[in-house]
Amino acid sequence: MAAAVVLVLIAMFVHSLVTNPRFEWGVVGSYFLSRRVLDGLEITILLTVVCMAIGIVLGVILAVMRLSANPLLSGASWVYIWFFRGTPVLVQLLVWYNVAALYPRVSLGVPFGPSFVHGNANSLITALTAAILGLGLNEGAYMAEIVRAGILSVEHGQVEAAQALGMTRALTMRRIILPQAMRVIIPPTGNETISMLKTSSLASVITVTELLYAVQLIYSVNFQTIPLLIVASLWYLIATSVLTVGQYYVERHFARGSARELPPTPLQRLRKNLLTFHSGLPTPRAEPPAEEPR
Amino acid sequence: MSAPLDDPPVSGDSGTPMVLAESVYKNFGRLEVLRGINLKVARGEVMCIIGPSGGGKSTMLRCINHLEKIDGGRLWVDGELVGYRQHRGKLYELRDREVCAKRAEIGMVFQRFNLFPHMTALQNVIEAPIHVKGVPRAEASELASQLLERAGLKEKVHAYPNQLSGGQQQRVAIARALAMKPKLMLFDEPTSALDPELVGEVLDVMRDLARSGMTMVVVTHEMGFAREVGDTLVFMDQGLVVETGRPRDVLGNPHHERTRAFLSKVL
Repeated sequence: MAAAVVLVLIAMFVHSLVTNPRFEWGVVGSYFLSRRVLDGLEITILLTVVCMAIGIVLGVILAVMRLSANPLLSGASWVYIWFFRGTPVLVQLLVWYNVAALYPRVSLGVPFGPSFVHGNANSLITALTAAILGLGLNEGAYMAEIVRAGILSVEHGQVEAAQALGMTRALTMRRIILPQAMRVIIPPTGNETISMLKTSSLASVITVTELLYAVQLIYSVNFQTIPLLIVASLWYLIATSVLTVGQYYVERHFARGSARELPPTPLQRLRKNLLTFHSGLPTPRAEPPAEEPR
Repeated sequence: MSAPLDDPPVSGDSGTPMVLAESVYKNFGRLEVLRGINLKVARGEVMCIIGPSGGGKSTMLRCINHLEKIDGGRLWVDGELVGYRQHRGKLYELRDREVCAKRAEIGMVFQRFNLFPHMTALQNVIEAPIHVKGVPRAEASELASQLLERAGLKEKVHAYPNQLSGGQQQRVAIARALAMKPKLMLFDEPTSALDPELVGEVLDVMRDLARSGMTMVVVTHEMGFAREVGDTLVFMDQGLVVETGRPRDVLGNPHHERTRAFLSKVL
């Protein structure tokens, strides 16, 4: 019964997709690969990659600080996370975009001492850098909690074994703890990346011509609002799909040693099925060799 | 730690005991785990420590490589104070890096193996020699292969820990500790987490090691091993060394009531 209802609803939806002329599929098609849309997509991807990179690096640093025995370090990390998680990222973007109003001049040099490089904040902080700062610094706070959860998931015996071998704290973290924490860190990080891909559309409010702002600029002139939003949505869907596949393989890589034998990837399964189909003979149950020891 | 220091033993001297504990105290909060332990392990000696759980055996072992800080008394390994440096009669705590350098000379084997699960057996064994001692990879791999072969694991060098049985994992763990060429090996109930039929293969490796002249401190419940391999047997209970002697004497003719009561339960 429930299935029937769902089936009818799907049928109605598909029917409207095809028959409602206002979807303007022709317009969607003509803009899908247009220069301006692709340029916007490029900026979106750039923002996602750079901001996630900043977020991950910052997240690791903040997580390690948060778990430090030094109260100043863990306190500073706590305050950072509290602040950036506690204010809307849209507000943070707007603040960064207008930061020149707060600090008109930026300089690089000795703290409280002489400075070597000066700059005008207005020309230094472009819309794109404001977006990168806003999204990246905000992401760092979320990644910090994810990394911290990962670090805490590693059994304490691992730290002791590393210490007993004479490994320093930093070496233990880098060689023993973080690689194992990765298994816990990767899935939510994949989530964050997909989330970042879409959150980057907020940069449209500070005039960064990423995907959403690119199509907005187009439809503000030709008024083909819905078709262009469909163009943007399709690209977001494609990009998330690619990321999902990537996440699968990264997770697999860090699962080594956790399962006795890794299950075949969908691609390997497909290839095997095709082979079986062609030869008509069942292939021996030869599994792919475990990842090469590095 | 304010009492004036006795002359500390000199490092490297063959007469210096490998481990010397003088009235070592350790508390966990209000719980007194060690209440004045005195121990002496000579070079090449195999000391087995037995006793009821909660008696402080493991804690004592962990103090020796400074995984736990002692709260009182003195503890030397190879003539050097554990975790402290002495300067003009005062003690200064060692920095992380210095503590690590000392730990690198002491091997430790844990009850729960604690192999690194994301590395193969070989990678587990070469990890510390390469990254702590800076041994070239080829050289480290060569030694690791020898050690794993000696532990009967030639076929398993590229296996991950969870593809190995408990006994195999523990043998990898022993090889991992030996790869650092330690001067002292600590065993914390190395066979307690193993299925009974796997205990023998681990004890065999340890017996071999003892025969090669390694100084060993072994916390164990394997009385047979203690009797056969041990030079000294120590019975610990309630944070104190109750009885020390040749294994045959302590096991066969215990002097103390508590030792007798414990042995009657486990033998």
